[in-house]
Amino acid sequence: MRTMFFTQAIDDALAQAMADDPRIVLFGEDIPLLRRNLLVRFGPGRVRGAPISESAFLGAGVAAAMAGLHPVVEMYMVDFLGVCMDALLNHAAKAETFSGGKWTAPVVVRAPCGGGYGDGGQHEQSLWGWLAHIPGLTVIVPSTPADAGGLMLAALQHDGPVIFLEHKLLSESWLEFLGSGGRCTVDYDVPPEGAQGPVPSKWEPLPIGKAVLQRRGTDITIVSVGVGVHRALRAAEMLEKEGISADVMDLRTVSPLDRSTLCEVVSKTGRLLVVDEDYEGFGLSGELAAILLEEDVSVNYARVCTQTTIPYARCLEDQTLPNVERICAQAKELL
Amino acid sequence: MTPNVWSLYALMLKSRLFEEAIAQLWHDGLISGEMHLGTGEEAIIAGVISHLLEGDAMALDHRGSAALLMRGVDPVLILRELLGYPDGLCGGMGGHMHLLSKEHLAASSGIIGAAGPTAAGFALAAQYLRPGAVAVAFFGDGAMNQGMLMESINLSSVWNLPVLFVCKDDGWAITTQSEQVTGGALNDRARGLGIPAVEVDGLDVSAVWEAAHEAMENIRSGKGPTFLHARCVHLEGHFLGYQLLRIVRAPFREMPEITVPLTRSFLRPGGANLRERLSGLKTVIATVLSTVRDPRQDQTNDPVSHARAALQSDLARLRELEDQIEKEISNVLASALEEVPS
Repeated sequence: MRTMFFTQAIDDALAQAMADDPRIVLFGEDIPLLRRNLLVRFGPGRVRGAPISESAFLGAGVAAAMAGLHPVVEMYMVDFLGVCMDALLNHAAKAETFSGGKWTAPVVVRAPCGGGYGDGGQHEQSLWGWLAHIPGLTVIVPSTPADAGGLMLAALQHDGPVIFLEHKLLSESWLEFLGSGGRCTVDYDVPPEGAQGPVPSKWEPLPIGKAVLQRRGTDITIVSVGVGVHRALRAAEMLEKEGISADVMDLRTVSPLDRSTLCEVVSKTGRLLVVDEDYEGFGLSGELAAILLEEDVSVNYARVCTQTTIPYARCLEDQTLPNVERICAQAKELL
Repeated sequence: MTPNVWSLYALMLKSRLFEEAIAQLWHDGLISGEMHLGTGEEAIIAGVISHLLEGDAMALDHRGSAALLMRGVDPVLILRELLGYPDGLCGGMGGHMHLLSKEHLAASSGIIGAAGPTAAGFALAAQYLRPGAVAVAFFGDGAMNQGMLMESINLSSVWNLPVLFVCKDDGWAITTQSEQVTGGALNDRARGLGIPAVEVDGLDVSAVWEAAHEAMENIRSGKGPTFLHARCVHLEGHFLGYQLLRIVRAPFREMPEITVPLTRSFLRPGGANLRERLSGLKTVIATVLSTVRDPRQDQTNDPVSHARAALQSDLARLRELEDQIEKEISNVLASALEEVPS
C-alpha cells in the first residue's frame, strides 16, 4: 500500500485517467506552475494556462465538454466561482434537461475550498451547499487522500458536471502556496489522517453519492464532510472518554446525498449532529434534517456550522469554523 | 503645475518602510495567510493619490495597504487590522485583502478585476452626490483579462463616469507571464471602448504625477474616464513567499522538492510522446528562468531609489526627511504591536 498526500493523490488519479483517456484536458490560471508534474507528462496541449478570465474559460470548459472533450477546469478558489457562476448555474447544470436528456456537459470543476489559515471571508468559504442547491450539479467533498483520488476518478467518468472541492487545510500544496509560503513561523490545525494516508496501488472509481461510516457508536450520529469529518472524529474520541459513544459519518458527496445510509444510521442512534463548515442557513445541515423528516425518522437534531462571514483574525476564525469544543458541547446538549 | 518631488518621495518612502514592516510581521508569523505588498508600485500610487481631494473615492485590489496609507488612513489602524486586532481598521474582520474605510471612500477586494465595477459605482454616486469628485480604480495587468473590468471601462465610457482606471502593469498574472495570456495591447483595449489611454513610466513618480494631473483635470471637468497604463516591478512578486522568487533566492533548499516529483512524472509511462513532454518541461524551465532574469532582481527598477536619486543634490535635507520618516514608521510599528485592549 502506498501513502500519499491529499493533493498528490488527486493529481495521481487524474494522471492515471489522463493516460487512459486522451479526451481529458486540464486548464485554469497558473496551471503550468501548479500542475507542472502533469504538464511534463502530458504536454502543453493537454495542460494549459488560462488568463484571469473565469467566465470565459469555465464557460468554454462546459461547452467543450458538450462537444466531446472531458475538461478539468481549475478555479483558484471556490469563492471565485462567484465571478463565473453563469457557466455552472445556467449552462452546465441545464444542458441535460434542456436537451431532453440527449446532451450532457461532463466537465469537472476542481476548486480549493475552506478555511483555517487566515485568509479572510472572501477566500475561505466552503459553498458546497450553495452549489448543491442547483439541480444538475454533482458536488464532491473528499476528506482523505484515498477518497480524493477514487472520487476524482469517479468524477472523470461521470456523464455530467461535477464540482470537486479540495479543502485547503488538507492540501499540502495549497496550504503551502496560500498559507505558509515557505515559513516555519505559522501553525495550522491540519488533521493528519486527512492530509496524508494510504492509497491503492491502482486507482478505482469510488461510488458518487455513497457515504461511509468512519466510526461506529451507539448514542449519537455525527455527520460531516471534508475537514469537518476529522474534527468530528477528534470530538468523538473526547466524547468517548466521557462515556458518550458517537458514530461519525462522512458524506463524501454533498450532491447527490446518500439518503438511505443517513436514515439507516441515524435511526439507530436517534440523534443527529451535523458538522458543516459551510454556512448554516439554507444549506446542507438543514437539508439533512429535511430528509429525516420526509423519511419519518424520529431524531433529536443539532448542528455546528459556520454562521457568519468568516472573520480574518485567526482567533475569531477558529471560533467561527466548526471546532472540536463546539462539537463536543453540542453533542452533550443533545443527550 | 509641477510635482513636489519632496513630498512624493516622502509618501513613497513612508509606504515602503511601512510595507517592509508588514513583511517582517508576516515572516515572524504574526500574520497567518497570504500577504500581497505594493512594494515596487509606490510611484504609481503616490503620483495618482496626490491628486485626490475630499470626496474622491478609491477602488483597490488585493494589495491596498500602500494606497490606504498614502490616502491618509491611520497606519497604526492598518497594521492592527493585519494583525487581526479588534481595534484594527476593520475590527480584525476584513484583513489585508479586504480593507475598507468608509471615511475615505476606499474599498479593497481580493477578487481580481473587482476594482472596475466598484470604481464605476463610486463614480456614479459622485455624479449625483459629489459633482466634481472622481473615483480611482487600481488593478494589475492580469485583471485586464477579467470581463467585469472591461465591462466597467465600457460602462464608464458610455455613462461618461468620472473614473481614472490605473493599470499597474508588472507583466505577471500571479505566476503566469501576462504576454502568454493576453492578446493585443492594453491601451488599444481602452481606446477601443472609447476612452483615452495614457502611457506613463511607472517608475518615475514625477511622470506619473503629471500624467495623472492632466487626466484628473479632464475627469473632474466632466470629460469622462481615462485609462492610465504604467509599468512597474513588484519587488516581492505576486505575494510574500512567492514560490518563483524562493527558488531563485534559495535554489538548494527549494529545488529538490520541485525537481524530484517533476522528473519522476516526466519519466512515467503513459501520457504524451517525448516531444510533447519536452515541450512541457521547457515551459516549466522557462518560467523559472524568467524569474532568474527577473527585473525584480535589479535595483534600478525600484521607484523609491529612482525618486531619491532626483533629490540627492540636497543630501542634508534628504537625510533629515528620511530620519523623520524612519522614526515615524518605527513609532507606528511600536503602537501597532501594543497589547490588545481588554
